[in-house]
Amino acid sequence: MSDAAAGLLTIGVVVALLAITHVPLGNWMARVFTDETDWRVERTVYRAVGVDPRNEQTWRSYAASVLAFSGVSLVVLFLLIVLQKHLPLAQGTDGMGLTTAVNTAISFVTNTNWQSYAGEVGTGPLVQTVGLAVQNFVSAAVGLAVAIVVIRGVSRRSATTLGNFWVDLVRGVTRILLPISLVAAVLLVAGGVIQNLASPETIAGLAGHDQVIRGGLVASQEAIKELGTNGGGYFNANSAHPFENPNPVTNLVEILLMLVVPFALPRTFGVMVGDRRQGWTLLGFAATLWAAGVALVTWAEVHAAVAATGSMEGKEVRFGVWGSALFGATSTGTSTGAVNSMHESYSPLGGGVLLVNMALGEISPGGVGSGLYGIVVIAVLTVFLAGLMVGRTPEYLGKRIGRPEITMAALYAVVTPTLALAGAAAAVAYPTARESMLASGPHGLTEVLYAYTSAANNNGSAFAGLSADTPWFNLTLGAGMLLGRFLPMLLVLALAGRLAAQSRRPVTAGTMPTHTPLFLGLLVGVAIIVAGLTYFPAIALGPIAEALS
Amino acid sequence: MNRQTLRSALPDAFRKLDPRHVWRSPVIFVVWVGSVLTTVLAILHPSTFTIAVALWLWATVLFANVAEAVAEGRGKAQAASLRATRTGTTARRLAKDGGEDIVAGADLRIGDTVVVEAGEVIPGDGEVIEGVASVDESAVTGESAPVIRESGGDRSAVTGGTTVLSDRIVVRITTRPGESFIDRMIALVEGAERQRTPNEIALTILLTTLTIVFLVTVMALQPFAGYSGKEQSVVVLVALLVCLIPTTIGALLSAIGIAGMDRLVQHNVLAMSGRAVEAAGDVSTLLLDKTGTITLGNRRASQLLPLPGTTEIELGRAAYIASLADPTPEGRSIVDLAVSQHGPEALGGVPELSTTDAELVEFSAQTRMSGIDLPSGISLRKGAGSAIVAWVGGTGGQVPAGTTELVDGIAADGATPLVVAEQRPGRPAAVLGVVRLKDIVKPGIAERFATLRAMGIRTVMVTGDNRLTAQAIGREAGVDDVLAEATPEEKMRLIRTEQEGGRLVAMTGDGTNDAPALAQADVGVAMNSGTSAAKEAGNMVDLDSDPTKLIDIVGIGKQLLITRGALTTFSVANDVAKYFAIIPAMFVGVFPGLSALNIMRLASPDSAILSAVIFNALIIIALIPLALKGVRYIPSGAEALLRRNILVYGLGGIVTPFVGIKLIDLFVSHLPGLS
Repeated sequence: MSDAAAGLLTIGVVVALLAITHVPLGNWMARVFTDETDWRVERTVYRAVGVDPRNEQTWRSYAASVLAFSGVSLVVLFLLIVLQKHLPLAQGTDGMGLTTAVNTAISFVTNTNWQSYAGEVGTGPLVQTVGLAVQNFVSAAVGLAVAIVVIRGVSRRSATTLGNFWVDLVRGVTRILLPISLVAAVLLVAGGVIQNLASPETIAGLAGHDQVIRGGLVASQEAIKELGTNGGGYFNANSAHPFENPNPVTNLVEILLMLVVPFALPRTFGVMVGDRRQGWTLLGFAATLWAAGVALVTWAEVHAAVAATGSMEGKEVRFGVWGSALFGATSTGTSTGAVNSMHESYSPLGGGVLLVNMALGEISPGGVGSGLYGIVVIAVLTVFLAGLMVGRTPEYLGKRIGRPEITMAALYAVVTPTLALAGAAAAVAYPTARESMLASGPHGLTEVLYAYTSAANNNGSAFAGLSADTPWFNLTLGAGMLLGRFLPMLLVLALAGRLAAQSRRPVTAGTMPTHTPLFLGLLVGVAIIVAGLTYFPAIALGPIAEALS
Repeated sequence: MNRQTLRSALPDAFRKLDPRHVWRSPVIFVVWVGSVLTTVLAILHPSTFTIAVALWLWATVLFANVAEAVAEGRGKAQAASLRATRTGTTARRLAKDGGEDIVAGADLRIGDTVVVEAGEVIPGDGEVIEGVASVDESAVTGESAPVIRESGGDRSAVTGGTTVLSDRIVVRITTRPGESFIDRMIALVEGAERQRTPNEIALTILLTTLTIVFLVTVMALQPFAGYSGKEQSVVVLVALLVCLIPTTIGALLSAIGIAGMDRLVQHNVLAMSGRAVEAAGDVSTLLLDKTGTITLGNRRASQLLPLPGTTEIELGRAAYIASLADPTPEGRSIVDLAVSQHGPEALGGVPELSTTDAELVEFSAQTRMSGIDLPSGISLRKGAGSAIVAWVGGTGGQVPAGTTELVDGIAADGATPLVVAEQRPGRPAAVLGVVRLKDIVKPGIAERFATLRAMGIRTVMVTGDNRLTAQAIGREAGVDDVLAEATPEEKMRLIRTEQEGGRLVAMTGDGTNDAPALAQADVGVAMNSGTSAAKEAGNMVDLDSDPTKLIDIVGIGKQLLITRGALTTFSVANDVAKYFAIIPAMFVGVFPGLSALNIMRLASPDSAILSAVIFNALIIIALIPLALKGVRYIPSGAEALLRRNILVYGLGGIVTPFVGIKLIDLFVSHLPGLS
């Protein structure tokens, strides 16, 4: 089968499977988060932690729980990484330097999974499974919980409470992430992904050098890595490694896993707010951006075959250009950051689109949970601008977008571009940081810009080329990840609190409809203009200058 | 906007360059800082480019001030003429002992009573407690026809500064000097008390955030530029920043708000706050009084329905004669109807019905009928069904079968039945027939309600009529709902229910018993002819006392919001073209390939940047008329409005600067000394 045919087939199957799954999965998630009863295993957890599952929280209390949980996670993970040499199953890993450990702990707790360490060398099976895999689940569940709170904010009327964080967190894991990743892990094992606790084997390579081959619980880790839009690979080569992603079929499964929850959440939104058309619009928005990203990257890569290697440099032969481009666009659009090819080697335009995919703020369709609340913020901004143009105080689903609401939404939109641009600007201005850059000229700038955009938007995708395991990059990128995760979260939680407190205004012919193709077009326009206007100068000096030279 | 207003606005615009004033608009304040910065640089390192940029940045700030000054200027002219009415009035204050002393109007206190006679100016706001007078209120309303003001009832309020034309009244002063209606009007039209409205504040926050984003963008650009080997001059970075931040809407925002209030003033409506104007745009339920708003004030006779045993001409004649001396519009309409049906000759030719020396029986609330007693001994009566039945019964007469059905049938149609009866000497009275009096729905009102419905506004007709009548008229007028047999309490309850459902309610009112509802409504428009209690309670006053105007007020509120939204969209959309002008200009030196982005083919980097800056300044001036007039508003549904405005201001906002910057570049590129 030709590359293009295989690629088209993969896209076709992914789209078909998403079309099949998003309705039942979306409905299921809506039920999970509105269910009045607890599972036995969940009750055990609540008793162990000492929370009353029926006790609902205000947005402030909810936010405090999110921060407390993430803070504790951060400390525990950091200690686990630093102390792993003294713990069992170390398998002779070297561990990490302090700044690397800080960066890694932040990275996994914020669902970014930027890896400044080399996957299999920096972490042994214990940290991988007890530390990183656990965060892969719970960091995704935190994002999901916040998204659900935002949905409740829109759907509830004159309410002060928005649910219980611990319940949302536990249910997200027990009823959504665990069951799906269980099925996915089995599929991946069937597809050839390894799952063992074997000790490292040293073999002599063809070139005469010794090579250490490590095993591990890879398939289970891989499943949640993609499903939770985490992206932190067991191996340094991530999904390009044959043990993580051996063939086009596992490639397809991994792509599907990244997309399945983000594309089902709009349905959950529609069901929970009681107007499914609203969910369709958000789905249409995410699908439009995703499709555009895939199309542009694929087009750029297919047409970039000027070098002797075609555009295959940095890509795996078993995936080809199409399979790589689809994976790259999906991974950057879902805030996963997994790679099955080296983005550094993409054509300027292809790499630029991957960068823009992240710069949009992870909304195409974005990460588990974070994508949905990012999209809702775009909807709030759009409603404000367009709503005035119909001559009424803007409102979204019957909720007025007044002064506090627009403040939260606008600040949300400012946070990540500020972090990304300020970080990248500081890095290129700082001579020590510049030494880490592999390339010079526009491509070097893209490396740095990509790294900070990836961190601030909690994607974790690496352009490669940049030697980021330095104190400067570990700490600045760490700060970017931390602020890029929790500032927006606090802002949307506050927004949700404000929205929930309002009663709902009735829909009249004078209300701007938010379920029409026109509104969908506006959403896309606002998303692109907001990101485009902030990143354009930087992108002009990076990918665009490179493409036009 | 003509040269006159511009000339008077310019000094103000310069005065507003004071940073303490500019600070009120964060966007313009950033431009101001940029202007100072480039001016300093222009002095230190003068070049054509730097000086030109500095000058045009100042022009940008100045144009923003001009917009505000022009908007305020319109109000000032009105305020000046109002103030003229106020100066130097003296009052004849009644002392306790009954004597009079002459004091200045400004010395009057609440509770003072003053005498005002023909030709004198009423010294302050108050209530007539004695007498009746015709008053010229043109100073306030612009309407020269005099109005009647009398003690008691709903026409007792008088406004300071208006002139008594006839008679003598005693007025009790109800406001402190400086807080009178005219004072409030002056303050309002001058914009002295202008506070930013909730929506304006929300928009300012968005604009400020955008400004911060672009500040970050431009500040981050310098290290990138340095890395790329093309560090930029501060002047260029300032120029880029000013072009990117939403200066257009930032400059026009306050002018739009002032102009919105002013547009109401031109409709002779005074809004007590900008908040009320905004709320008007959000209104989703209109409470409209039936009489005067939906129907013409007077009912008209539309049909004469004789009972069996009476001919049409007999009934026509009786109704005609019974109404001849009836001065009410209803009475006259009966005369008109009878004449048009039978002709005056047929009606007048019966000697026993001669009206010479007839005795008139006037309508009274007790008898609820009126009529005439003729010299021939014949009595004719017309009136409400029950009253006539009682009268006929009192003379020993029988009410024929079918009368009740006829009467009820007419009422069910939304009309008012008027029963006509006749008593011949020595015989019991007999019912002749029924006159159908019909409320005349104003022409075109149904279409207006249809438009309102398309805009998503529910109309509720409020009337004291019974339910059947009210519903029939409601159907004819095309209102969505009817509140029949309305009492002030019912009205209040309706407003509360609507508001609990999240709807904003607008209503008009004039009586003191309307005051609580006016205060409760989100937009309460008091009629200027109404009581001062009503005027205090409402948040708008209609000087023309025209309740239909509520519909216009909603339109003005919407237009205000649309203008803001449209210009914001336009302003942000403009940035696309500016990027295409400035970014290649900045870096084409190091990356020649970037000239591909110079799709406008601008002459040189300097001319490109300068052209963008000039466009950015000129567009403000170009849009001032639009900001003052408001964007064209066609009442229609939200989707249609949105589509139109996106097309005009969104797409237009993207395309216009491409054309504008190119045109400006054609001139600017000839400037000497520009590289």
